[in-house]
Amino acid sequence: MGIENVLFTIILAAGAGLFTWNVRKIIRNIQLGKKLDRTDQPAERWKIMAKVALGQSKMLVRPIPAILHLFVYVGFVIINIEVLEILLDGIFGTHRLFSFLGSFYDFLIASFEVLALLVLIGVVAFFIRRNVIYIKRFRQGELNGWPRSDANIILGIEVLLMSAFLIMNASDAILASRNFGHYITAGSFPVSGFLVPLFDSLSNNSLVLLERFTWWFHILGILAFLNYLPYSKHFHIILAFPNVYYSNLEAKGHFTNMDAVTNEVKLMLDPSATPVEIEGPIKFGAKDVQDLTWKNLLDAYTCTECGRCTSECPANQTGKLLSPRAIMMKTRDRLEEVGKNIDKNKGTFVDDGKSLLHDYITPEELWACTTCNACVEACPVNIDPLNIIVDLRRQLVMEESAPPASLSTMFNNMENNGAPWQFSPADRLNWATES
Amino acid sequence: MKIKTVAEYIAEGDSPEILFWVGCAGSFDDRAKKVTKAVAKILDAAQVKFAVLGTEESCTGDPAKRAGNEFLFQMQAMQNIAVLNGYEIKKIVTACPHCFNTLKNEYPDLGGNYDVVHHSQLIEQLLNDGKIKVEGGEFKGKKITFHDPCYLGRANGEYEAPRSVLAKLDAELVEMKRCKAKGLCCGAGGAQMFKEAEKGDKEVNVERSEEALALQPNIIAVGCPFCSTMMTDGVKHAEKEGTVSVLDIAELIAQAADL
Ligand code: SF4
Ligand code: SF4
Repeated sequence: MGIENVLFTIILAAGAGLFTWNVRKIIRNIQLGKKLDRTDQPAERWKIMAKVALGQSKMLVRPIPAILHLFVYVGFVIINIEVLEILLDGIFGTHRLFSFLGSFYDFLIASFEVLALLVLIGVVAFFIRRNVIYIKRFRQGELNGWPRSDANIILGIEVLLMSAFLIMNASDAILASRNFGHYITAGSFPVSGFLVPLFDSLSNNSLVLLERFTWWFHILGILAFLNYLPYSKHFHIILAFPNVYYSNLEAKGHFTNMDAVTNEVKLMLDPSATPVEIEGPIKFGAKDVQDLTWKNLLDAYTCTECGRCTSECPANQTGKLLSPRAIMMKTRDRLEEVGKNIDKNKGTFVDDGKSLLHDYITPEELWACTTCNACVEACPVNIDPLNIIVDLRRQLVMEESAPPASLSTMFNNMENNGAPWQFSPADRLNWATES
Repeated sequence: MKIKTVAEYIAEGDSPEILFWVGCAGSFDDRAKKVTKAVAKILDAAQVKFAVLGTEESCTGDPAKRAGNEFLFQMQAMQNIAVLNGYEIKKIVTACPHCFNTLKNEYPDLGGNYDVVHHSQLIEQLLNDGKIKVEGGEFKGKKITFHDPCYLGRANGEYEAPRSVLAKLDAELVEMKRCKAKGLCCGAGGAQMFKEAEKGDKEVNVERSEEALALQPNIIAVGCPFCSTMMTDGVKHAEKEGTVSVLDIAELIAQAADL
């Protein structure tokens, strides 16, 4: 083991350590949410995860991005087998450790190369879709600034990583063909073979430099990428799996009944009723991220900002302020802010005079929702923006007594006449005798 | 046709097979009352022993719940459950997808367990069992497009029952691009029916009606009283009410079967 390997091992450990530290912080943030049991029906949950997260079934609704995304996704996952070799080579100072696999190794390297090319094609197409042609969901206001840069940074990193991988293979193959040093002939290079003429005139020493540079670039790039994930919408490549596993398996129209309310109503109707146990302070609705469930918060970290929800939203399509994607992004932003507050104040949240409702999400957005479930249906990773919307509405109505005036009228009618309109209950059966 | 209440059945020492939950729109809205009558005619013709709650029925609480007023919803729910359980109701049919969803999904946790069906599901079954017969009838060859109610479709996964009912009309069924799971809302759900729309550049019902009208149908079929109102207004907005009618599947079947 040379100094290079020691250095590599240290960087690797640091990269992995930093990633773990960041992920633990995110887990802590998610656990700020309220309890919710989503451990029932494990068989059903594994099935839906295999279908929606692994099999990306909900992407198929839009075939073009589905295929491009599949390139990038499959490419990225499978090329990680190559990363494993790179890691081991780096630690032990070996070169192409897996080459003992012989012709299977050739096959592996060849497929990695083809996949790398497909990733490049996918990424370039994505870049064009986002920045050149006009696709409404990629141009909407909520993506201005950081979210748009984030998407482009990710695409840029992917181009660099794949290019480094291919150039590394090309220089390696030239050195091997010259029987230089420890560079053995192993692997087959259907894509990087085309790059050989570009570097063929270089001296052995320059080629070794190029090979080492791209090798280091590739692996450091991967570590940097890994550590970028927790700050990015790209975290979905990991969180999509648990998020889909913990999907809502009930009918989409089934909104939970609040236990705290059930207690009150039961006592009102029958003062001798025994209330159910409720942990923690009782709040009727959600004002801030801590009032949402952990699943809402996991949803927020999982959101890919793809905008499929928003492009199906009837309110958004007709120019209302509401965008279900923005609901998720704002929830994440606020959660990050609350997390930083906790870090700064040694583990406890100190009131900052702000809240998710009002400071991030306005009543106007909330009241535009028709609760149609189109966003929930459209989301490729089973996020439920509607659940957050309704919980915030509950806060507006039950805690702040601030529904729109027309809805107050509707509530009054229902309370007094048992109907949302002002009709007498005595007239309910009139239809049966009218002609 | 005499509409009997559950109370009347009980007074006779009898009980109905199924409760027809009429809903607030079906009880009070002039347009929806016609649908209510059509459903009653179909049930009567199929000799289903049904009853209504009449003045004992009260709003399921759906619009309150979607608007965030969980208190009011649960008050309504518990009162209704007390009535339903008191009468030992087992099976319910309703022509309103909002009532359907609430009764089916949200009442069980509060102690109300019933077998709840949407009228399109019951009518489908009655047609399949031969209890009612429709042979083409007056809609033969007409162009019909069906607008999926959110609370029947996406909310409860029922896309086929209304289509299978419409298929019996021998009409030409055409689908909008946004149909079934991708169906566009009419704009009334989530208590929007009872409030002004928020600021925007278009009304949702206009957007949806335009999509339906682009197919140049004779009829826009609906399965929800709110959709019915919204689509009717949308058709009027496009000044097409002279050539395109908005009809509930129950009305279509009742008319086709000459009831
Ligand atoms: S449920 Fe609300 S936010 Fe979601 S698509 Fe429908 S209107 Fe938009
Ligand atoms: S909530 Fe789902 S559909 Fe909407 S932007 Fe996020 S990932 Fe995309």
